[in-house]
Amino acid sequence: MCLGIPGKIIEVREIDLTKMGKVDFNGVELEVCLEATPEAKVDDYVIVHAGFAISVLNEAEANETLSILNEIDEINRQKN
Amino acid sequence: MKFKDTYSDRLLVQEKLEELRNITTGPWSIMEICGGQTHAFMEFGLRDLLPEEIELIHGPGCPVCVTSLELVDRAIAIASQKNVIFTSYGDMLRVPGSEMDLFSVRANGGDVRVVYSPIESLRIARDNPGKQVVFFGIGFETTAPANAVSIIKAKELNLSNYSMLVSHVRVPPAMHAILDSPENRVQGFLAAGHVCAVMGLAEYQPIAKKYHVPITVTGFEPLDLVLGLLETVRMLENKEVNVKNAYPRAVLYEGNLQAQRIISEVYAECDRQWRGIGLIPMSGWKLKNNFSEFDAEIRFNVGTIHTKESDICISGQILQGLKKPRRMPGVSENLHTPKPFRCNDGII
Repeated sequence: MCLGIPGKIIEVREIDLTKMGKVDFNGVELEVCLEATPEAKVDDYVIVHAGFAISVLNEAEANETLSILNEIDEINRQKN
Repeated sequence: MKFKDTYSDRLLVQEKLEELRNITTGPWSIMEICGGQTHAFMEFGLRDLLPEEIELIHGPGCPVCVTSLELVDRAIAIASQKNVIFTSYGDMLRVPGSEMDLFSVRANGGDVRVVYSPIESLRIARDNPGKQVVFFGIGFETTAPANAVSIIKAKELNLSNYSMLVSHVRVPPAMHAILDSPENRVQGFLAAGHVCAVMGLAEYQPIAKKYHVPITVTGFEPLDLVLGLLETVRMLENKEVNVKNAYPRAVLYEGNLQAQRIISEVYAECDRQWRGIGLIPMSGWKLKNNFSEFDAEIRFNVGTIHTKESDICISGQILQGLKKPRRMPGVSENLHTPKPFRCNDGII
């Protein structure tokens, strides 16, 4: 029920007065409501709950977290 | 998949686990609020890899489990009516009411349908103008905006045959209830990442300050979970009380403002019964008066509901972190309905 998963928006359109999008979840395409993520556009990644996007993933933050981790990783490797 | 695979990287997870072992002197009892996180800890086998000084306590963050028996019985009563198409997220169909579950209603000829989202229920309403379509609107802050949008759209589209049985619950009042309990053992929290993606971090600061508990917003991939624990344990070891965000790629400090606007347009706060726990003041949302025409409780008069809960079930104590799921006397071959832990979030 609470599975929130990231997917990539491949299409945005309006259906029945509602902003909807087609989202690719690793090969599985589902229709997702984008009413709470008005800024979402094609190629963005969104977290989807119950067919509803609740968050557009922030690539800069993701890259920063990973680059910090990789740096620490590198320092640890050098120490060892 | 982007934003997913790297956060499952085995070497990175192992390294962060090693760091966690190095900084932990403990013992610390940490509650993961969300049933999704409980599930993820088990699915990835992380629990066995944590330092033994860390005890994970499973929180009440599963809306399927905490939906009150009264509402489950009411759902069953509405779904059993002629001319009703009752729609619900799949997990709710297996939750036992006092006498039966929604699956039994379907087996007895009721039109009970599983939907992936409330938007699907709206379409069913549009396609079946001669029927009453009811959606079981359960969930925490994560599903609240989705369910609320279905109400806004029903109004815009004049779908007078659509209504929602509302059973929304909120995380912060549940944290207060846990921390106010004289039996509380929780020293720190992993806050539910996707609840915070909607609501932001601001409402957690007063909780951290009042009860002196560190709180870390945490995601759901293996690396996210370990990073959430690392931040929480680091604060516990340093006697630091704060709210940190270990899931910044999905969670902004202010949350999703548009989702919050949708929620506040449709819902008002209300007291809510939690199954196995009892009444938690102002822990729920109900439809605002200007949307009451879409309230299934008002539309369907099913009379007084007399509930009958199992008296040996310890689910409430598990949901408050007081007991472990492995000691569940209610689940045995002798019990006709092992209740209420039948969701997919891993508490079972």
